Amino acid sequence: MSNILAIYKREINGYFATPVAYVFIVIFLMLTGVFTFYLGGLFERGQADLQPFFAYLPWLYLFLIPALSMRLWAEERKSGSIELLMTLPISVTQAVLGKFIASWLFVGLALLLTFPLWITVNYLGSPDNPVIFSGYLAAFLMAGAYLAIGSCISAITRNQVIAFVISVVISFLFILSGFPLVLDFFEGWAPQILIDAISSMSFLTHFNTIVKGVIDLRDIIYFVSFIGCWLLANVILVEMKKAD
Amino acid sequence: MIEVQNLSKQFGAFNAVSDISFTVNKGEVLGFLGPNGAGKSTTMKMITGFLAPNSGTVKVCGSDVIKSPIAVKKSIGYLPEGAPAYGDMTVVNFLKFVAEIRGFSGAEKTKRIENAIQKANLEGVVHKTIETLSKGFKRRVGLAQSILHDPPVLVMDEPTDGLDPNQKHEVRLLIKEMAKNKAIIISTHILEEVDAICDRAIIIAQGKVKFDGTPEELESLSEYHNSVRLRLDGYPSLNAENLLKRLPGVKKVEHVNSKDERTTYRIYGGEKDLLKEVSRLAQKEQWVIDEIAVEKGHLDDVFRQLTTEQEAEG
Repeated sequence: MSNILAIYKREINGYFATPVAYVFIVIFLMLTGVFTFYLGGLFERGQADLQPFFAYLPWLYLFLIPALSMRLWAEERKSGSIELLMTLPISVTQAVLGKFIASWLFVGLALLLTFPLWITVNYLGSPDNPVIFSGYLAAFLMAGAYLAIGSCISAITRNQVIAFVISVVISFLFILSGFPLVLDFFEGWAPQILIDAISSMSFLTHFNTIVKGVIDLRDIIYFVSFIGCWLLANVILVEMKKAD
Repeated sequence: MIEVQNLSKQFGAFNAVSDISFTVNKGEVLGFLGPNGAGKSTTMKMITGFLAPNSGTVKVCGSDVIKSPIAVKKSIGYLPEGAPAYGDMTVVNFLKFVAEIRGFSGAEKTKRIENAIQKANLEGVVHKTIETLSKGFKRRVGLAQSILHDPPVLVMDEPTDGLDPNQKHEVRLLIKEMAKNKAIIISTHILEEVDAICDRAIIIAQGKVKFDGTPEELESLSEYHNSVRLRLDGYPSLNAENLLKRLPGVKKVEHVNSKDERTTYRIYGGEKDLLKEVSRLAQKEQWVIDEIAVEKGHLDDVFRQLTTEQEAEG
């Protein structure tokens, strides 16, 4: 546990020691503003809720989160510091968890900093605050899912650009796996049970349920086990590829 | 403290390390020598648990590196090749991170960090980010990190690479000072370093151990070992060479050169008293000796001989 904490502290300090943290947070807040007010039309809708904010979030994550996660392992491998890290008395699992938690809480901080949106809708009307809370929970869980993919992919390459592009593509597939774009590919030859399984893997379906205010245990389990699986793959990949 | 048995590592079809065995005891400094790509770093990476061997075992302080990697990593201080570190951190923050991972906290942590900073002479740069430091300072940050927890075993991959002569000297002193109660492995391709700090040397080439012994034994492999170099004033008659040849135990006399009114011979023989014999002869013949010395042997030649054997055969 103390090892995870030490890794976590190093990572989070790393974000703030470089411009990464500030650039990410500023861009994230600017874009959420643009999406919510202009494209989502928060004022024009005349409803006191944050649906426009949450509706665009999966697409914002699609590009911003891989940009954050691409460096998690690729940079360690490129600079050679992975040799130092992996010869310290810690397990790979601890290192993976420490890094992941740091990046997850960092995105959590960025989400918290969107609180002016919440203040705005509360000032203008009387929104259903539990639903908004539920939306933030969904946003946080989904960020974890994106980050788990990104962290895992980052371990297969020492090139951050490659890590970014592959993470974006895989995340994109998981957003759309409930949509015809992905399902049509399997339609016709794959058994129905596989198609159902794929469509149930979609981020959007699970995300939208929680955003609507329905905190269903199944959706929570979906995100948590999704993160778990990708991090497990991450541990295995780091173990395999660390010395390449 | 370090037991390496039949260690082998293949990268695809390439045998990086094949069947290496050796042990290092407490109080011993082992110098790992070999040309670039000989398998020095690969062996060290396997000892420190970074690379898994294809076959063979490594035991450090009684723990097997495969079965209990954490225990092994706790007892080792490792300076990887090129001394990688987190470039965006300041020196002191980096050492704090390592200290925390090594399980230190509070006053103990502060004391350990101060001690490491002082030993590695990093006082002037503690608050600088590591990526802005020069190569020598980066190396010393790596050194500080490796000795922070006062480990019983130290593994250092080219600890003096990139340092200036003064810094090299300091690092060697530091290693010598720590050697008393640690088992230390250093890799290097600087031969003088072996003479300066190592109790034992292992030469590896093409992944195999070519030599394992003391630096003195290594020197004795040189054809110049115990030969006598004699420089005389003037140009003595050709007879001088014959007279030298007739001395007891002399195998060969080589006329090295004659220049600047001086003549140099090299006299080969196995006998320890060769120097006495030669000087006695010189006295008798009334030669004016400009210089006379017993050669210790050229490590460079031995190194080249041992590491290129295979290629010559192939």
